[in-house]
Amino acid sequence: MLKEKDKIFKNLYGFEDWKLEGAKKRGIWSNTKDLITMGSEKIVEEIKNSQLRGRGGAGFPAGLKWSFMPKDSGKDHYLVVNADESEPGTCKDREIMRNDPHLLLEGCLVAAFAMHAHTCYIYIRGEYYSESSNLQKAIDEAYANNLIGKNACGTGWDFDIYLHRGAGAYICGEETALLESLEGKKGQPRLKPPFPAGAGLYGCPTTVTNVETIAVSPTILRRGSKWFANLGSSNNTGTKIFSISGHVNNPCNVEEEMGISLKDLIEKHAGGVIGGWENLLAVIPGGASVPLLPKSICNTVKMDFDSLKEVQSGLGTAAVIVMNKSTDIVEAIARLSHFYKHESCGQCTPCREGTGWMYRMMEKMIHGNVEHQDIDKLLDVTKQIEGHTICALGDAAAWPIQGLFRHFRPEIEKRIQERNRRVA
Amino acid sequence: MHHPGTNNKVYKKINDNFEWSSENFKKISEIIKKYPSNRIQSAVIPLLDLAQRQNNGWLSKNSMEKVAETLSMSYIRVLEVATFYSMFNLEPIGKNFVQICRTTPCWLRGSDKLSKVAQEVCETNIGETSEDKKFTVVEVECLGACCNAPMVQINDDYYEDLDEESFKKILQDLKDDKSIKVGSQIGRKSSQPERKFDA
Repeated sequence: MLKEKDKIFKNLYGFEDWKLEGAKKRGIWSNTKDLITMGSEKIVEEIKNSQLRGRGGAGFPAGLKWSFMPKDSGKDHYLVVNADESEPGTCKDREIMRNDPHLLLEGCLVAAFAMHAHTCYIYIRGEYYSESSNLQKAIDEAYANNLIGKNACGTGWDFDIYLHRGAGAYICGEETALLESLEGKKGQPRLKPPFPAGAGLYGCPTTVTNVETIAVSPTILRRGSKWFANLGSSNNTGTKIFSISGHVNNPCNVEEEMGISLKDLIEKHAGGVIGGWENLLAVIPGGASVPLLPKSICNTVKMDFDSLKEVQSGLGTAAVIVMNKSTDIVEAIARLSHFYKHESCGQCTPCREGTGWMYRMMEKMIHGNVEHQDIDKLLDVTKQIEGHTICALGDAAAWPIQGLFRHFRPEIEKRIQERNRRVA
Repeated sequence: MHHPGTNNKVYKKINDNFEWSSENFKKISEIIKKYPSNRIQSAVIPLLDLAQRQNNGWLSKNSMEKVAETLSMSYIRVLEVATFYSMFNLEPIGKNFVQICRTTPCWLRGSDKLSKVAQEVCETNIGETSEDKKFTVVEVECLGACCNAPMVQINDDYYEDLDEESFKKILQDLKDDKSIKVGSQIGRKSSQPERKFDA
């Protein structure tokens, strides 16, 4: 288990004061000027050496992403923090923003300095009303104490942070859709290239990055990339907040070392599966978009990017949705299909039409109201959506269904047979 | 499933001249300052939010026209934003806008039971407004509080760790115009594991 001294999020549950005074007691804003005087190249180098991978779902190496920002483009540079947390199962950024907002703000300053950005927008999902009011209060405190604003922390670097509330659209968690939304348009993803680092917000170099990735970066710089890289395993380093929900005795967010076993995570932190480990049916290990894992794999799998990829799933946002044997697994996935149908932005035909079609098919599958060959037809459609859309929402809608049939195909075949018997 | 935030029909209030309240007018000038001076269209979502708050929780045609005028945008650009985002209601809603999360993590913990409770206590169907205009009840997709499932959003606030009993009480208290407790209903702090820490 992760030692208390290695935890980055010391106020994850809000037992302590979230305001500036409390934050300072936890060491936030203590020597920010020293971090900045490391210089932008050294900061990016340290983040690279820490092997920190983005915490928003895709797991792209953070240092590498930061290094894509041009040095001297002659345009304004922007840091955009993606706080549009909407992936079903995920509720970690919410805890950071309401219980330790200064951790995020300090990270914004350091990261923005490394990317030569004087302006940062934090795009928070509109439903997070009380979280946004905490964050805004923290921003006001930081301005009042000259931690941000003109000559932030006495570093000579001018830096502004603005909070922007969204208005209810899952797709705005996709980075280019988020930029469109921030520009005051419908949140429909852009074709890439050009990538945001070349032409992002208002056509200027921009980096969009998840709340957790930004929030951990000052601590990495303070304690050194070596400390972070020694946690977890190579290529899957550091600590991560896991959101454990569903059929567990104590659903919770918890910060743990990368690579902890799924069984330990559930049993040691979430009070175990309701009805005991033997009552486990399946787990979705990384938010709604990744394929589920049956119990046989859950027994041994480790929670990191590469281990979960090996079993044809993914770490995603590390949102662990646990389902015990009382679950109608087909309906559980059908509900996710409904989610994607609802959230498709409507731009690309395969996704717009396909998500609705897949949902209707899944609804019928719950009661076995399909023919045997419809299973393969549905799988074929998921393959035709996957990879044929501008953004990854199409893939995300296809994968849960593919995962269901990979591991639970006999369950649906049984339902079809039962229905056929009823009808005959 | 009907939801006032996902319909595409625009209602025009008769004899309604939507004008910004003086308080909101001040807020607007603060909001616009966040964006580069040639990019004030960025403020369209915050301004629609303000207009909706001023207009009892929904956007009439007049209010959207006002937003367009304020930001020097064409009305159609404002309308397409208002129809795209589910938090903008294009028809009147009740005093309490009850949004029940229906996505898998909440469903696993019994959100469908909450839907039944809401329909009984509020005396209305999913997607509709009660006759006394006190409640509009809708089912929505994931609200991002999955470790505190099942949960419901009523107006701006989250009500978490619910069960049928506690949810019934919340709705009944709202009906009786009593004050209610926001957040976890089992006294849990944020999303801590319920057990107490040894350390």
